[in-house]
Amino acid sequence: MDFTYWSWDTFLEALPFVLQGLGITIGLTFSCFVFALVFGFVWTFLQRIQNKYIKAVVTFIMEFIRSTPPLVQLFFIYYALPVLPVIGVTLHPFVCAVIGLGVHFSTYIGEIYRSGIESVDKGQWEAATALNYSTKDKWLRIILPQAFPPTIPMLGNYFIIMFKEVPLASTISVGGILFMARTFGSEHWAYLEPITIVGILFLLLSYPSALLIKKLEKKINHRFNTSVMTKNTNA
Amino acid sequence: MDYVIEFIPQIARGLNITISVLIASALFAYIMAFFSGLCRLSNNVIVRKFTGFYVEIFRGTSLIVQLFWLYYAIPMLFGIQLGSNWWVGVFAIGLNYGAYLSEVVRTSILSVAQGQYEAATALNMSRFQRMRIVIFPQAVRMMLPEFGNYTIQILKGTSLVSLIAMSDILYYGDILRGSYQQQTPIIYGIVLVLYFILALPLIWLTKKGEKIAKKGVAS
Repeated sequence: MDFTYWSWDTFLEALPFVLQGLGITIGLTFSCFVFALVFGFVWTFLQRIQNKYIKAVVTFIMEFIRSTPPLVQLFFIYYALPVLPVIGVTLHPFVCAVIGLGVHFSTYIGEIYRSGIESVDKGQWEAATALNYSTKDKWLRIILPQAFPPTIPMLGNYFIIMFKEVPLASTISVGGILFMARTFGSEHWAYLEPITIVGILFLLLSYPSALLIKKLEKKINHRFNTSVMTKNTNA
Repeated sequence: MDYVIEFIPQIARGLNITISVLIASALFAYIMAFFSGLCRLSNNVIVRKFTGFYVEIFRGTSLIVQLFWLYYAIPMLFGIQLGSNWWVGVFAIGLNYGAYLSEVVRTSILSVAQGQYEAATALNMSRFQRMRIVIFPQAVRMMLPEFGNYTIQILKGTSLVSLIAMSDILYYGDILRGSYQQQTPIIYGIVLVLYFILALPLIWLTKKGEKIAKKGVAS
C-alpha cells in the first residue's frame, strides 16, 4: 500500500476552497428543515380530514413522494418546472433544493407529528371534551403540549438525516461543500483530497450532533416518561 | 400522450441497471448488517470497536459523498480498480445501508427479553446454540419491518449511480432531456412513476413484515 497519490499540498490548497461552501451547506440544511417542519403540518392536517377519498389521495401522494428518489424530485423541480405550461417558473437552484428536499422530508415529518398526536392518551381527549373545552383550547392546551415534546428527538434525528441529504443539491449546482470539492477536482484534476475533506467535515458536524440528540432524547424520555413508536419514518 | 409511449421504452432500457444494483446492494447491505451487527455484540473489544468505527463512519457521512469517495479515491489511494462503476455503486450503497441496518440487527437482538437468555442458559445451551435456536429467530422477526423500510431507501439510493455514469433509468431520462427540452416534465414524471412501481412490491413486503413482527406478541 503506498500513499504517493496523497498530497498534503493539495489538501491545504483544497481546504479553504471547500470551506467556502460550508455556509451554503449549513444554510440549506436549516432552510430545508424549517420548510419540512412547516409543510409537515399540512400533511398532518390533510390526513386528519374525515373523508375517506381525500384521505386515500393524501396517503397515496405521501407514499409516492416518500418512495421515489429525492434526486429525481430535485431534477424534476430544477429542469421540469420551468417548462411546465401555465405554472412554469424558473427558480434559483437554492430555492429548488429547499423545495425539493423540504417536500420530500415533510412527508416523514408529517408522519412524526401524526404519531405524536396519536400517542396522546384517549382519556385526555375525553377529559377535554368533558370539561367543555373549545376545539382551539383542546388542541393548544391539552393535546399539543403533550404531543410535541416526545417528537423532539425524532425531529432532531431528521435534522441530521437532512444534513446528510443536502449534498444532493450539488447536482443542481448549489455551491455546498460537495459542489466546491468537485469544482476544485475538475480544475486541478485532484479529487481525492477535496472529497476526503468533505467526508471529514460531514463526520465532524454530524457525529457530535448525533450524540447531542441522543442526550436530548434521554432527557426528554426521562421527563415525560414516554417514547413514541413510529413506523415508516426512516430515511 | 405520443411522447409518453415514445419515452417509456427508451427510459426502461435503464431498468436492468437499476434493478441489478438494487438487488446486489441490498444483498450486500444485509450481509454487512448481520455481520457487523453481530460483531458489535462480540465479547472481543477490538472486534467491537472496529465494527463500531465502520458503522459510525458510514452513518456519519452521506451516501453521495461515500459514492464519490469510492469512485475517485479508491483507485488513486490504493491502486485498486474495483472492476467497474457498477461495483463502486454496489459497494457504496451496500456499505452505507449495511451500517444503518447493523444498528437494526444489534438493537433487535438486544431487545429479546432477558428471560429468554436465562432460560436458554438454564437448558444448558452453548453460547452459539442460544443465539441460533432461541435469540436469533425471535430477533429476526422484529427486524423485518425495518429491513423493508431500508430496502425502499436502497431503491432510492440506486438513483445516485447515474452520477457515476451508470446507465440506470435516471441516466436515460437525463439523456432524453437533452433532445426533448419541452417534454422534461413528462420524462421525469415517467422516471418517478417507474421508481414508484419498483417500490410497490417493497412497500407491500414492509407491510407484511410489520404484520409478522406484531403477530403473537403481547403489547
